[in-house]
Amino acid sequence: MDIAAWCRQARILIVAGKGGVGKTTVSASLAVMAARVGLNVLVVQLEGEGSVASALGHPGPIGYEEVVLRSEGDEGLVRARAITPDEALLEYLADHGLRAVSKRLLSSGTIDVISTAIPGIRDILVLGKVKQLERTDGADLILIDAPATGHALTFLGSAAGLVDVAKVGPIRVQASEVGDLLRDPARCQVLVVTLPEETPVNEAVETAGRLEGSVGMTLAGVVVNGRYQELEGLGANPEEAAAAVGGRLDPAHARVLREAAQFRLQRQRLQAEQADRLARSLAVPMLEVPYLFTTEIGPGEIDHLATALSEAVAGLPEPEPEAQLEPEAAAAER
Amino acid sequence: MSGLAELVGQRSVIVCCGSGGVGKTTTAAAIALRAAEEGRRACVVTIDPAKRLADALGLEALTNAPKLVEGQWPGELWALMLDTKGTFDDLVSRYAADPGQAENILTNRVYRNLSSALSGTQEYMASEKLYELHEEERFDLVVVDTPPTRNALDFIDAPRRLLRFLDNRVFRFVMTPTRTYLRAVSVATRTILRTISKVVGAEVVEDAVTFFQAFEGMEEGFRARAQRVMELLRSKDCAFVLVASPRTDTVAEALFFADKLADAGIEVQGLVVNRLHPRFPEQGPSTGPAEPRGEGGLAVLERNLADFRAVAEREESNLAVLAERVSPAPVARIPFLAGDVHDLDGLAQIADHLFG
Repeated sequence: MDIAAWCRQARILIVAGKGGVGKTTVSASLAVMAARVGLNVLVVQLEGEGSVASALGHPGPIGYEEVVLRSEGDEGLVRARAITPDEALLEYLADHGLRAVSKRLLSSGTIDVISTAIPGIRDILVLGKVKQLERTDGADLILIDAPATGHALTFLGSAAGLVDVAKVGPIRVQASEVGDLLRDPARCQVLVVTLPEETPVNEAVETAGRLEGSVGMTLAGVVVNGRYQELEGLGANPEEAAAAVGGRLDPAHARVLREAAQFRLQRQRLQAEQADRLARSLAVPMLEVPYLFTTEIGPGEIDHLATALSEAVAGLPEPEPEAQLEPEAAAAER
Repeated sequence: MSGLAELVGQRSVIVCCGSGGVGKTTTAAAIALRAAEEGRRACVVTIDPAKRLADALGLEALTNAPKLVEGQWPGELWALMLDTKGTFDDLVSRYAADPGQAENILTNRVYRNLSSALSGTQEYMASEKLYELHEEERFDLVVVDTPPTRNALDFIDAPRRLLRFLDNRVFRFVMTPTRTYLRAVSVATRTILRTISKVVGAEVVEDAVTFFQAFEGMEEGFRARAQRVMELLRSKDCAFVLVASPRTDTVAEALFFADKLADAGIEVQGLVVNRLHPRFPEQGPSTGPAEPRGEGGLAVLERNLADFRAVAEREESNLAVLAERVSPAPVARIPFLAGDVHDLDGLAQIADHLFG
């Protein structure tokens, strides 16, 4: 599939996944992949930690102010900014004539009381800010590095919850508009990141099901991070392989070569089982990102992973053109 | 006796902390299992176990009461999957002046949201449950698996945060109009609340006011208990075990955890590093081509070995920084295992590595 077309499926792509699955690395790689095909990408971080930015070599944390992380060619650009609930809230209060008291509401803890009375209000304000960016920012793709751990579901489910609680008023309007955004696949989709291991696969399947089911979102796909690249010939006998190139191995060295090969084969087999299980459980495109053995994750490695991701996207089948479906539907009606 | 074994034999509370996805739950369960094997009465409080491990421990659903895990060991192994809301309900009932007051609170919407919406409530209830089990004296050791927060202090700070919530001045002023010396403030406060009502709806503000009215008189009990929970966490009875994986990003988070705990005056008593890749020892020189060339054959095998040695080297250097930071805490290393742990045999295998 054409990479730019894949990146343009929806303006907003939310990257979700449990802690420890490499969500930030994947977000950074996605941003670079999109920028390489000429897209203007805005990465939005929701936890105030400069993680996507630091993966792309930006020193220190990033804040509400936008920073440019990378430019690719003439058009491609990766920008980043952070949105925190408190900042979104202060902005919202100021917009509703509460600027004068907003600092005091925050410091007195009254905001805590209000947000406990209306769970999800902070999330909805952050998503409301994302919705505003969709309208005002010139980005071709807005990548949201969603909160880690189990909060993504709560976070994305906040809109539906709030429409139930707040019967009238500006919060209800905000919640219902955010709900519209999340459920419109042309505007917003979600990508679930996981590892090819048992528990992460279970969690990814569960998360995907709930995002599609209760939140009503569309899955752009699932990214399997940290897959060992297949090495051909790991089953070879080290002594024989050495003899073939005219050498002889110290027996102890031959043994570690064999053990290392067996360990990798075993992990490859386990990973393949889990990736297959994931593919059987989720009927969405699966993109694989390789495990990096050699180095720390920095800008160079993100480039490498972006290339791997691009190859994975390029390998996806072209979507069925809708024009082909219509005559069939028309025929069926006749 | 290794350092961790000493903790299991002597402490009465072990808190397993660390970031998400590093194996805290499994580590906590393995520690409790070993304690039972050593003849102690142990209870593990888990937060969010993977389903098959929960099944192995006989935990089908959230419970507030520990369940006995059947097995052949001299001590006892109990397990509990924390029910945040149930624990909070119990606490309210305990400190309410009468059943009517408890009922008023339990049915209030603000209260019902408290367990899911106020950050730190889950952490608070985990420490509350730990305290409760510790006080009951049915257990020699309570092992608790903490929620996967970014900040270790959430666990320690949570009681204070909740008290701050319950102390909220804006709402207290509204409900105590009889304190005439506060009237001036109260008028200003009423103005704020009126303005808030316009934005979020009067119903919400009303619920909040009702909640604080219902809570009147209970803060002292809560405060005193929270104080005792804090004291237990800081006492010699309690040990914090930091759980990490050797990946660079999780080591960075673990260092952050250790710093935060140190800021709070808590020393890490043990470090558990999960999912270490195997170490392949360096060998004597081989006779043969110095640089294996070409595709396939020996070159592939050598490259594979080199890959794993590079991983091991990186893990060791990450680990050295972490071990140094928590020194002299003992370090337990657990290798990458073939699969996830979903039965007691798997837990016993982890325990063997932990206490090896």
